[in-house]
Amino acid sequence: MSGNTDDTPRRTDPRTFAVRAVSLLSQLVIPIMIGGFAILDEGEFDDMILFFLPLVLAVVGANILFAYLRWSRLTYSVGEADIRVDSGVLSRAARSVPYERIQDVSLEQKLVPRLFGLVEVKFETGAGGGDDLALAYLPESEGERLRELVRTRREGAVLEQSDDEVPASTEESRLLFAMSPRRVVTFGLFEFSLAVVAVVGGFASQIDFLLPFEIWDWRAWREQLAGPGQWLAGLGFLAQVIGGLFAVGSLLLVGVVTGVIRTVMREWDFRLERTDKGLRRRRGLVTRTDLVMPVHRVQALRVRTGFVRRLFGWHALKLVSLAGDSGSANHEAVPFAQMQEIAPVVAETGFSLPGHTLDWHRAMPTYRIDNFLVGFAITLVTSAVVLALGRFDVALLLVFIGGGWMALQEYLAWRWGRHAIDAGQLYTRRGWFAPDVAIASRGKLQSVEIVRNPLARMRGYADLRFGLAGGRLRIRGLPLVEARQIRDAVLDSMTEQDFSEIVEGQTVRA
Amino acid sequence: MDDADDLTQLDPAYKSMLRLQLAIAALVLLVAATIAEVAIPGWTGAVWIPALCVAAYALIRVPLRRYHATGFSLADERLRVVRGIFFRTDTVVPFGRVQHIDVGQGPLERAFGIATLTVHTAGTHNASVSLPGLRHEDATAMRENIRAAIRRDTR
Repeated sequence: MSGNTDDTPRRTDPRTFAVRAVSLLSQLVIPIMIGGFAILDEGEFDDMILFFLPLVLAVVGANILFAYLRWSRLTYSVGEADIRVDSGVLSRAARSVPYERIQDVSLEQKLVPRLFGLVEVKFETGAGGGDDLALAYLPESEGERLRELVRTRREGAVLEQSDDEVPASTEESRLLFAMSPRRVVTFGLFEFSLAVVAVVGGFASQIDFLLPFEIWDWRAWREQLAGPGQWLAGLGFLAQVIGGLFAVGSLLLVGVVTGVIRTVMREWDFRLERTDKGLRRRRGLVTRTDLVMPVHRVQALRVRTGFVRRLFGWHALKLVSLAGDSGSANHEAVPFAQMQEIAPVVAETGFSLPGHTLDWHRAMPTYRIDNFLVGFAITLVTSAVVLALGRFDVALLLVFIGGGWMALQEYLAWRWGRHAIDAGQLYTRRGWFAPDVAIASRGKLQSVEIVRNPLARMRGYADLRFGLAGGRLRIRGLPLVEARQIRDAVLDSMTEQDFSEIVEGQTVRA
Repeated sequence: MDDADDLTQLDPAYKSMLRLQLAIAALVLLVAATIAEVAIPGWTGAVWIPALCVAAYALIRVPLRRYHATGFSLADERLRVVRGIFFRTDTVVPFGRVQHIDVGQGPLERAFGIATLTVHTAGTHNASVSLPGLRHEDATAMRENIRAAIRRDTR
């Protein structure tokens, strides 16, 4: 536990090698089995096994040897100013990452390493293009230690080498949000995946030759049902309906069950805590992830909900942050909660939810009308072409249904899309189907742009686009005067602080 | 120009450079038109005349419009770039949000002694804002200007 920054190169945990071997074997088992079946088919089993067994053993052995070499040649050292990793069996590579450049450290546990109590430590440098440095695998304690180390380095409070360093466990943490198993399952019910249903449905109709019955064939269904309940067959039409309902119902069940299982795997034992380094999120059943989101790096918030879950008051909170969370810069802070549970988390990030007194504005009706007119003009051209092809009915349908749908769409977008600005924040809200509220801090934006196409210039509206680190934010179709006002207000807040002050939070310490 | 409040115009050499750039494109177009003219039988000029019209418009009108549509300002420690004939964009980046700055010169730009200034921000949208058609000395001076402002802010 001692020695904070000893420069001696260390190896990853020896059990890494075991993990690699296990995953390697599981990768090899399938090809070997397939090969085995092929051999068995040939019939000359004894000859073949004599021939193949040494070959298989040689391949497995070579792989394990290589895994061992890789493990033995990979060392990392934790220096005064950086973390260095030397790796490579034949060609050697040395990489050094200064602490200042490390945006975040995340720990990830996949199934096999978890059995061994190992973690993969990822150092994110936010340079675009994913993780720049990863160490697989280290003991859990070592992972925690490295993370603490990087965090304290980055905070600027450089701890001199001392053995009475504060252990990670005493770091105080406050639980902000947790999901009970019941909540996770409820969440899963809402995660009904139409895509899975479509895939399973398509699959079922593709591989129906494997099933003992024809899923889409009503007559076959009737025969199936005729066995146990002869009276059903007599009912004829009713049996068809029951069969159809059964097929649809089982597909829906598959969708629901997949949703629940996927959600349980991902969100099990979800815990969001406030530590002195930021918001710490742990979740997952098989693969448990542990992530700390530094609060001062949060650039904006996003509160979303779905069409159905809105009726029950369920919302999700995402943090738009500078450091990427395995690819996406959106960290899910609260995936599924009521607004009164989200509010304390929002307060913790230094943002605030839109208040009741907020002065919301809508887009200019002219903008939505123009949008509709442009869309309708395209529809008219299309139906003119259809008409020329001699399909009068289709052309008429296109004009009425397409036009009606577009008019409704634009009206709803106008009705529900809003924006507002107050002393410190900027709010946008859009979507009637699944409302999505974005909250950005005025001071944390990167650039402001007013965009106007020819139509907008003629009709006096404009789009506002904001440069937001890790996300996008735009307000469409607002009056030019208002766009200029918002721009000037936002720019004034932006120039109050320099970028590095935003990123580092409390820089002025030294 | 709808919002030309206090924008600085680009270097006039930018017009000449654009014209030369477009002339090269027009040459390619005319060569293609000539081939088409020869290949397609019929009245001489069916391809030639429209092609010539396009080329003339591109050489006479486009550089002027582009030149007049573009402007910039460095007031209040903010870089403001107004661009675009059809889709007009008006972008403002405060110096405090600039991550790094490039001054680039293509071969044609070098011949005319002009350069493109590009500032990079951390935003996903407008990750880089570029301003073409500056005198090279001006571009480097602007770069130094912005860099000094950044350093002053961070220290």
